[in-house]
Amino acid sequence: MTNAAFATSASTPSRAEPIPVSKILPWAVFGGLMLVLTVYFVGAEEGATSLIGGSVVHEFVHDGRHLLGFPCH
Amino acid sequence: MVGNLLLRGMMVGVLAGLLAFCFARTFGEPWVDYAIAFEEHASHAAGAAGGMEEPEIVSRATQAGLGLFTGLVIYGAAVGGLIALAFAFANGRLGRLSPRSVAALIATLGYVAIVIVPQLKYPANPPAVGSADTIVARTELFFAMLAFSVALMIASVMLARRLAERIGGWNGATVAAIVYVSIVAVMFAALPDIEEIPASFSPAALWNFRIASIGVQAVLWSVVGLAFGAVTEYAARRENAPRHTAGAAALR
Ligand SMILES: [Zn+2]
Repeated sequence: MTNAAFATSASTPSRAEPIPVSKILPWAVFGGLMLVLTVYFVGAEEGATSLIGGSVVHEFVHDGRHLLGFPCH
Repeated sequence: MVGNLLLRGMMVGVLAGLLAFCFARTFGEPWVDYAIAFEEHASHAAGAAGGMEEPEIVSRATQAGLGLFTGLVIYGAAVGGLIALAFAFANGRLGRLSPRSVAALIATLGYVAIVIVPQLKYPANPPAVGSADTIVARTELFFAMLAFSVALMIASVMLARRLAERIGGWNGATVAAIVYVSIVAVMFAALPDIEEIPASFSPAALWNFRIASIGVQAVLWSVVGLAFGAVTEYAARRENAPRHTAGAAALR
């Protein structure tokens, strides 16, 4: 930690060192999956497709779906 | 490091979702109510010819309250997470931009690619405007437009970075923006239009609903972009502070 802090202290304080892509990728995959899943339930479940039966999820987030601009009825 | 950024983005996104809920409740819900009244009126007219009432699974009060709140907070967290991940890639890679500028730029470009461009082609509709028969086609077209717009935006940013080395940052960004807009225009012309608005639906109500929808998203994206940048810069300053005072560094 201290070594890293001193190593970056030479550069300008406003500009950060880029995070290596290899360190971002696992998080990007994990985050991307979560993202797709949440957007799916807010934006598309029980519209054109359905993962869980019934339309409770659809009806519950229905106003949000319309106001966020997702296609609905 | 990236995990922290992701968590920070999602927390800021929850806050943004909260504010977006206040906006949506005030400026969006009246037009949702108008559309539902219109829909009920239309189905009553049809019902006289032998239709039947749809059962109400979730009450209107819940839909416009807790349901809307939940939807916007979850969507806000997703937007926050997306901006955080894009920030992890972009920070330190976009010329000499400060973390705060990078966050604001990402939120702006994200808003253009994810909200404005898809909505210009396939605008938000209140209930009662879409036809149930075309929901599959409409969903496919909307998400195709969205995916294409996002991919094109990423490609344009990469193009701008490459051009910046040769013709300067401002010129590079201008050329990349022209390329982005031109390809979007071709895409708009190529994809089919959707015309399903009932003739008797109030144009003013439709306009107000769509403006409210754009506004909900504007609140969400601007709050995430600004708050994420502010928190990140504050955290970086706290991390860097000890190096200015020798005593504090020794205490660590
Ligand atoms: Zn609907």
